[in-house]
Parts: sequence; C-alpha cells; structure tokens
Amino acid sequence: MNNLIWLIPVLPLAGFIINGLGRNALSKGVIGTIGSLLVLASFGLSVATFFQVKSTGAPVNVHLFDWISVGTFHIQMAFLIDQLSSIMLLIITGVGFLIHLYSVGYMHDDAGFGKFFAYLNLFVFFMLLLVMGSNYVVMFIGWEGVGLCSYLLIGFWYTNPSYADAAKKAFIMNRIGDLGFLLGIFLLMDQFGSVAYADIFPKAVGAVSHGAPIVLITLLLFVGAVGKSAQLPLFTWLPDAMAGPTPVSALIHAATMVTAGIYMIARSNILFTLAPTTMEIIAIIGLATAAFAALIALTQTDIKKVLAYSTVSQLGYMFLGLGVGAYTGAFFHVLTHAFFKALLFLGAGSVIHAMSGEQDMRKMGGLKGKIKTTFITMLVGTIAIAGIPPFSGFFSKDEILAAAFAHSTVFYVIGVITAGLTSFYMFRMMYLTFWGKFRGTHEQEHHLHESPANMTIPLIILAVLSAIAGAIGVPAVLGGHHELGAYLAPVFEQSHKLLGEHEVSHSTEWILMGTSVLIALAAMGYAYSKYVSGASVPVSDEEERPALANLSYNKFYIDELYDKIIRKPLDSLSNFLYRVVEKMGIDGFVNGLGQGTMDTSKGLRLLQTGNVGFYIFMMVLGIIGILIYSLVKI
Amino acid sequence: MESLTSTIQAVPLNHYIFLSAIIFSIGVMGVLLRRNAIIIFMSVELMLNSVNLLLTAFSVYRGDAAGQVFVFFIMALAAAEVAVGLAIIVMIYRNTNSIDINVLNRLKW
Repeated sequence: MNNLIWLIPVLPLAGFIINGLGRNALSKGVIGTIGSLLVLASFGLSVATFFQVKSTGAPVNVHLFDWISVGTFHIQMAFLIDQLSSIMLLIITGVGFLIHLYSVGYMHDDAGFGKFFAYLNLFVFFMLLLVMGSNYVVMFIGWEGVGLCSYLLIGFWYTNPSYADAAKKAFIMNRIGDLGFLLGIFLLMDQFGSVAYADIFPKAVGAVSHGAPIVLITLLLFVGAVGKSAQLPLFTWLPDAMAGPTPVSALIHAATMVTAGIYMIARSNILFTLAPTTMEIIAIIGLATAAFAALIALTQTDIKKVLAYSTVSQLGYMFLGLGVGAYTGAFFHVLTHAFFKALLFLGAGSVIHAMSGEQDMRKMGGLKGKIKTTFITMLVGTIAIAGIPPFSGFFSKDEILAAAFAHSTVFYVIGVITAGLTSFYMFRMMYLTFWGKFRGTHEQEHHLHESPANMTIPLIILAVLSAIAGAIGVPAVLGGHHELGAYLAPVFEQSHKLLGEHEVSHSTEWILMGTSVLIALAAMGYAYSKYVSGASVPVSDEEERPALANLSYNKFYIDELYDKIIRKPLDSLSNFLYRVVEKMGIDGFVNGLGQGTMDTSKGLRLLQTGNVGFYIFMMVLGIIGILIYSLVKI
Repeated sequence: MESLTSTIQAVPLNHYIFLSAIIFSIGVMGVLLRRNAIIIFMSVELMLNSVNLLLTAFSVYRGDAAGQVFVFFIMALAAAEVAVGLAIIVMIYRNTNSIDINVLNRLKW
C-alpha cells in the first residue's frame, strides 16, 4: 500500500497534463471522463490509506526523494499520512470527485471545457500536496499552487474585465498572507534547523522554554492562514472570487482550499498551544469574522454572494474553534462544512443553471415545485448549516460553541448570535429562491428545468453526507462516542495535555445546545414570517434602504475603505515615484548624460576643419607638448 | 673598419646631434609650411633620416652595433611606408587632379 501512496497526488497531475495538452484534441466526453476518473482513483487510494491508518493507528511516512540538501540541512519531498491528513485526503478527493462529476454537466456548453478540467485536476494535485507534505516546504508548494489554481479559475472567464480583476484581487490578497507564512517557515528553520513536522513538533516544548519566539512564529503562520482562509482583514477576495464558475466556488472557495489555513493550524497545533497570545488573537479574529460576514450576508441579493459570506462566516467559526483550543471541533466543522457548503454551492449552481444564468434572488422565487431535487438537497444543506439537529452542522458548530463557552462567555454569546444570523440569512435565501411567486421573465420561466443527472447525483450524495456526517462526532452528552475525536486524538495529544480538559458539565451542555437550537429555529421562523408570509422582497438597487441595511448591503464599505486607505495612497506614491523619481530623477539623469555628450560634441566637432595642414600643425604641437611634459616631469 | 670608426669619431658627437636636429627641424617646417603633398612626404623622409643619422652616430660612439641594426629596420619600414604613401598620393591626384593638401578639406566630420 505504502508504495502506491505517491499515486494519490500524481493521478490528478496526470489528468492535468493529459487534459491540458489535449484540451483541443480530445472530445468533451473523454476529457470529463479522464478528469473525473483519475480523481476517483485517487479517492479509492485515499480510502485504502484511511483504513490502513485507522487500523494500525500509526502515521504512514513516504519518502520520495531529497529535494534540497545543503550541508546538514535537508528538505525532503516526503509525505506524511496521519489521522489528520487522511481525513483531508478523503474530503479533497471525495468532494473533489463529486464536483468533477457535476462540472461535466455544468460546464458542458463552455468553450473552455478542457482548460477547466485541466485546472481543476491541477488544483486537486496541489491541494493533495498541501495536506500530504511531511514538512512545511512541501506544504508551502501546495499552498502556492492552490493559490495559483484559484487565480486561474476565478479568472476563468477572463474576457470579462471585472472577473479578471476579481482573480487578481484574490491573488494579491493571498500573496500578503503567503508572505507571512513564508516568514514563519524561515523562523522555524532558524529556530529548529529543520522544516519537517517530525523534527519540529517533538522539540517545540523544549525550544519554547529556551526562549524560541513562538508567538512571532505562530502569528506569522496565522497571517498566512488569514490570507488563505479569508479572515478579517483579508477576507474581501473571497466574495469576489464568486466570479469563477460555480463548481470552482464549491470546490476551492468553500470545501477545500479556504480550509487550508485551518488545516495548517491544526497540523501545527502544538506550536499554537504553546503561544496563548496567538490563540487569543485567532479566537478574536475568527469570532469577529464570523459575526461580520454574517451581518453582510443578511442583505445580499446575489445567491452566490450569500453563500460566499456564509463561507467566510463559517471559516470564522473554525478559527474561533482553533483559538479556544477545540482543534477537534474546528476540524469537525471543516469536514461537515465541506459537505454542506459544497452542496449549497452546487445547488446554487443548479438554480443558476435552471434560471439561465440569473443569480439575483429578487428575480427568482417559487422554484420549489420546478426543480425538486435541487430544492430538497439545498434544504438539507440549509438545515445543516443552520445548526438544527440532527443534521451535521449542529454537532460541529455546537462543539465549537461549547468550547467557546468554556473559554469565555462573551465569545459564546457572540457565537450564538452569529449562529442565529446564519440561520436567518440561509433560510432567507431559501425562501426567496424557492417560495413565493416567480419573479423572473417569461422566457426564464419557460426555460426552467431540472439539471441533468450528473449534476443532481452529486447533490444527492452530498445531501446524504450533510445529513448524516454529524454521526461521527456525537458528543458524550447525547450518548455518542465522538469517533472523530477518538480517531484524531493522537494528532492533538500533546496539545490536549498542555491545555488540560475543561469540560463543561452535561447540564450546561444541554442548556447550550438548547439555546443555540432555539435561536436557530427562531431565526428560521422570523425569516419565514418576513419572506414567505410577508412575501417581502429585497428592494432594488435604486430604492432607499434603512441605514443599517444599506451598510450591510454595501458590505460595510470595506472595499471602499481599503480603496481609500491603502490603494489611493499607494497610487499616489507610485504616481509620485513615476512622475518625479522616475521621469525627472532617473530619466533626467540618463537623458541629461546623453544630451550633454551630444551638445559637447556639437561644439567640439567644429575643431575638425578638414584642413590637413592644420591637423599636422596640431599634431606637432601635441608632440612638443608631450615632450615638454615628460621633460618637466623628469 | 677601424679607420672608419675613428674617422667618424673625429667629429665630436655634439655636431652630429646639432646636424640631426637641424635636418629634423627642416623636415618639420617642410611638413608644416608646404602644401605640396610630395614635398611634405619628402620632409617626412628627412625627419626619419635625421633620426637614422643620430642612431648611427650614437651607435659608433657607444661601440654598440644594435643602433645600426635598428637603422636598417627603420629604412625597410620607411620603404614600405613610402610605397603606401605614394599610392595614396596617386589616388588623391586621380580624384582631385591636384596634390595640394588644402584641396583635401573634405576630411571633416
């Protein structure tokens, strides 16, 4: 088995090469089949690996080759499959395969079909590299690679300038985070003399007591996570990233890539546990992001934008979980979120497909009878994300909230309110889309149709997973064993020892669960009374909104704020550098040098009269001059 | 041979130097003042030969044959130079129908 593990990332890479080279030569059927089947094969291998890790309980190390060797410093191209990465492998290849399958139907009429599958395969390859690497450098390769693929796929329809701009925005914002990550890796190299997990983690406790700058290291790593996982203040790229095709939003910007930051922190959990300051910052930023993005999502009218802000908000939850030390809870949420958010995005894609490309919920309505499968599956996803038992989101969210409660009541209160907001905006989206009267054009109504089977089957599978995935993490208070927690225990062992157990009592936990479920249900009911009974529809862009709604609808003017305080000053600085330093300074100097030479030679060339006698005379004078000079010198 | 040396040495070295200087100066003045290319050429030869004269004189006074060997080289070189120089003058004449160097004022920028 171990000698087949290298195939897991290599298969999608092969898919990228075949589809990339044959994008014009191969037929769409062949491209779709190759792209999907290779990911499916990776999934098969991942499942086998998962069961191997599960049965032996020991991580699998695969050493491919020494990549960089300088003196005693070695960076190996090596894979480490432990409990954490084996689950990530399942998510990436499993959800990835379903999304590939879905894309075959969704992208069927697109001219860039081959290119799309090539990029998608490449993304899967880099994402696998990211989670499989046994050291930070391999992780960083994957980290950068997924950023690249994200850029390529957001700007997939690059002929639209605003899409291309969204791609650039994502790339540049990620770059800020990547710089932090890279600096963090450098510091780790400096402190530990290695980048391999196996070298760093066992030494971490000792190194910290010897004064390693652990807070700085973890903060830098966290900056990387902030960029990749779209947290405050670098989250604005993710909603814009919805410019890409919907399967991309589902795979990259909901299920996998954006959770890379959480994976990285969970992987380095021991380092973070040793830096309580960083943990506190992570929790606060996560909580702030969760609440902030939820507030924005309340008033959005674009179906994908709602989901995008919801993703940012859920990622905030995961960081809150990490920050309060609930690594298992955060990772559990990664897992369930991958299912229900991929489902919701794919469902939204199916709605958009049915609506002939319309994304504005104000023009939808009444679709529940027309596209039944999409409706039911999306409803499952919505209930899951809203945290209503027994669907998966309830368990993972509740675990995070319970840990937040144990940490600080303030965190818990804000978290629960945000959960209420989540429930409200998700049901608002459902009610606006599927209930009420149809508000689109006649043409769209006539054209309404359910998506083909290769799009609905992934929806159904994901809906089932969203519904039941919670079963692997049923807390003890509900009579469960929390299989996920037990499985992941070796990864977080050291951290749990350091953090100690601060379990909340069972009665408290019952109250916490009851509160969050009640709030979610109340928010759902309020949304129902407003959008179904009240049949209210968000006003069009021209009309006035109440001040607060306006603030939320315009995303708290964050983009405008960044424009004012960062882009404008940078622009003026570059303009100054261009006009004054470059044009007048450097160009002036270089051009002046040339101009000066020309002017002097213009004067000097008059000396050349063409009179040979004069030349000879000057020559003689010169020789005499030299003679006199040498005489005088001696 | 012995007598030749003593004959040459009968004249003081200073005289050779003065003579050479005079011939050289005549050459220089010729080059500077005349406009006929052939005269200028001849003046150049005068300068060369004044140096040759000086070299032989020194050679005899020092009893070192190297100076005279050097003179032979200079003469051989001068002969080659004359061939080239005269050829240039011939070409100038063919082009301008004159060997007045002032006609050659096209030699400028």
